[in-house]
Amino acid sequence: MGMTISEKILARHAGVDSVEAGQLVICDLDLVMANDVTGPPSIKEFEKIGRPVFDAEKIALIPDHFQPAKDIKSADLAKIMRDFARKNKIKHYYEQGRVGIEHVILPEFGIVAPGMLIIGADSHTCTYGAVNAFSTGVGTTDLAVGLATGKAWFKVPESINVHLTGKKPKNICGKDIILTLIGKIGVDGALYKALEFTGEGVKELSMTDRLTISNMAIEAGAKAGVFPFDEVTQLYVSRRVKKTFEPVTPDADAKYSSTVEINLSELKPVVALPHLPENVKTVEELGEIKINQVVIGSCTNGRLEDLGIAAGILRGRKVHPDVRCIIIPGSQEIYKEAIHCHWIDIFIDAGCVVSCPTCGPCLGGYMGILSAGERCVSTTNRNFRGRMGHVDSEVYLASPFVAAASAITGKISTPEEVL
Amino acid sequence: MKIEGKVWRYGDNIDTDVIIPARYLNTFDPAELAKHCMVDIDENFAPNVKAGDVMVGGKNFGCGSSREHAPVAIKASGIPVVIAASFARIFYRNGINIGLPLLEIGDDVKKIRANDVLKIDTATGTIENLTTGDTFKAQPLPPFVQGIADAGGLINYIKTKK
Repeated sequence: MGMTISEKILARHAGVDSVEAGQLVICDLDLVMANDVTGPPSIKEFEKIGRPVFDAEKIALIPDHFQPAKDIKSADLAKIMRDFARKNKIKHYYEQGRVGIEHVILPEFGIVAPGMLIIGADSHTCTYGAVNAFSTGVGTTDLAVGLATGKAWFKVPESINVHLTGKKPKNICGKDIILTLIGKIGVDGALYKALEFTGEGVKELSMTDRLTISNMAIEAGAKAGVFPFDEVTQLYVSRRVKKTFEPVTPDADAKYSSTVEINLSELKPVVALPHLPENVKTVEELGEIKINQVVIGSCTNGRLEDLGIAAGILRGRKVHPDVRCIIIPGSQEIYKEAIHCHWIDIFIDAGCVVSCPTCGPCLGGYMGILSAGERCVSTTNRNFRGRMGHVDSEVYLASPFVAAASAITGKISTPEEVL
Repeated sequence: MKIEGKVWRYGDNIDTDVIIPARYLNTFDPAELAKHCMVDIDENFAPNVKAGDVMVGGKNFGCGSSREHAPVAIKASGIPVVIAASFARIFYRNGINIGLPLLEIGDDVKKIRANDVLKIDTATGTIENLTTGDTFKAQPLPPFVQGIADAGGLINYIKTKK
C-alpha cells in the first residue's frame, strides 16, 4: 500500500520498509531542539538519565523566548542553557547577537533539510514541514530523552490531504491560507493527524508562505504540516543546506484520512478573532474594530518577505496616532537585509518600534504586553485568553498585509483600504 | 492508583497558556508554577484546590504550547488525574511522561459537573460519579505507552532500559 510523506519519513527513521497509520515506532532523530523556556527543565531531566548527549552536532539550543533577558529569572534560564551548551560542545547554540527566532533561523541556516525527522520542545517545531521534513513539538521529558538517546517514539499519524488549487490573489499570503484552513476544520480538526499539502496550488506558494502554513499546523491540533519537495524547496535549500539530504514524495496511492479542498483564487484577507485561532472571519465581514497595537513578527510571520509586505504598505504613510506598531525581524540576517532594503527607514519614519529578533510579545513574554481591554492585530500564531498580556486583552491574528494596513487606519482593515 | 476526589470542571479547548501563563515561565519550580495554575480562567483554583481533587475538561484539553510546565503545574497542585473528552497531542504525551494519568472518555464527560465527587481507578480506567451514580470507562493506553505510565514516567522507564 502507498505511503504518505509522514509515513515514509517515519519508516525510514525506524529502519523499516513501511509503516501504516496507528503503528507505534521508535525512530532515530536527525535533530533535537529546545529554547530558553523548555531547554533548562529538559537539561534537568536529562541529567537524571545519567548519559552523555547522543550527538553534539544534532542538537540545537536557541535562546529566543525571553532573551535578551527580560528579568533575572530569565537570565538564569539562559545561563543554564549556555553553560550546558559550552560543557557539551553543542554545535547549534547561538548567542544573542547571532541568534534569531528558532523556527526562523533553523531553516535559514540550513540546519533543517528535506527528509529529516526532528523533535523540538516548542509546539511550533512543525514549521519545518515546509522544507519537506517531518518535525513535531514535544515536551521537556521527551526532549530530555532525545538529548540522551537520539530517539523518540511516535504513533504514525493518519494524514489529512489539504488539496490546494487555483492562483494566489494579490495581497493574500500563507497566513490567510492557514487561517482559512483552521477556520474550516477547527482547532482540533487535525488532532493526532498530520496535514499534508498537495495539488497544483502548492507551486503558487513561496517558501515564506509554506513556513507560515506549516508553522500553524499545530493550531489545528496537527502533529505536523508537511509540503512536498519541488522547485521552490530545491531553490531554498540549495543555497543553505550543506549536507546531503533525501527528498520525500508521497506515493500516488497514499492513503489519507480525508481531503480538504482550498481554492486559492477564492481567498480573501481573514483574521482570527479572540480567543481561538478557529474564529476566522474575512476582514470585510467585520464591523469597525478599533485597535491599540500591531505586532509584525514571530516564527509565523517574521521573515524577510513578511517585512517586505509591511514596508510596501507603510511606505510614505504614518501609523495611526492611537496605535503602537511593533516590528520584530525574525533573525539578524533578516534585520540586516531589511536595513539594506531601507525598510527599517520606512518603519521608523512611519512611527513603528523596531526590535531585535525575539519571540517577545507573541507569548506575552515582553516587548509589547497588552493592558486590560486593549486590542492587538498580530501576525503571530495564538489568540488565547491572556496570550499577549492582561486576561481581558484581545489578539486578532492576521497576515502582515492586514496588520500593516490596520496600523495605519487604527482599525482592522484590508490592504486595499490604504493602498 | 485509586482516587476519590472533588471535581474542578472546565470547558473545551483549555489551552496551556491558561493552565500556566507565559509570564510565569521564567521558572520551572513545580511549587512556584502551582501557585499560578489556571489563574487566568479561575482565580479560585490555586488557593482552594486540595490534594486528591480531580480536574475535568472538555475536548482538546491542553492545546497550544508544548510547555510541560502545564501538566507539571496541575500535578504540583495536588491533582492526581485529569479527565477530558479528548486531549491535545503534546499535552497527552507530556502527562504520561511525567506520571500524571490522563483519562479520555469522550462525550461521557458531559455527565460530570463541578463539585461532583468521582471515584477513579487509573489502572483499569474506571470512573464512578458518586454524586450522580454514573459510571464511565476510559480509553485504554496502547501497551507500550502503558509501560511508560506504569514506570511513573518516561525518565524512570528509560532508566530501567539501560
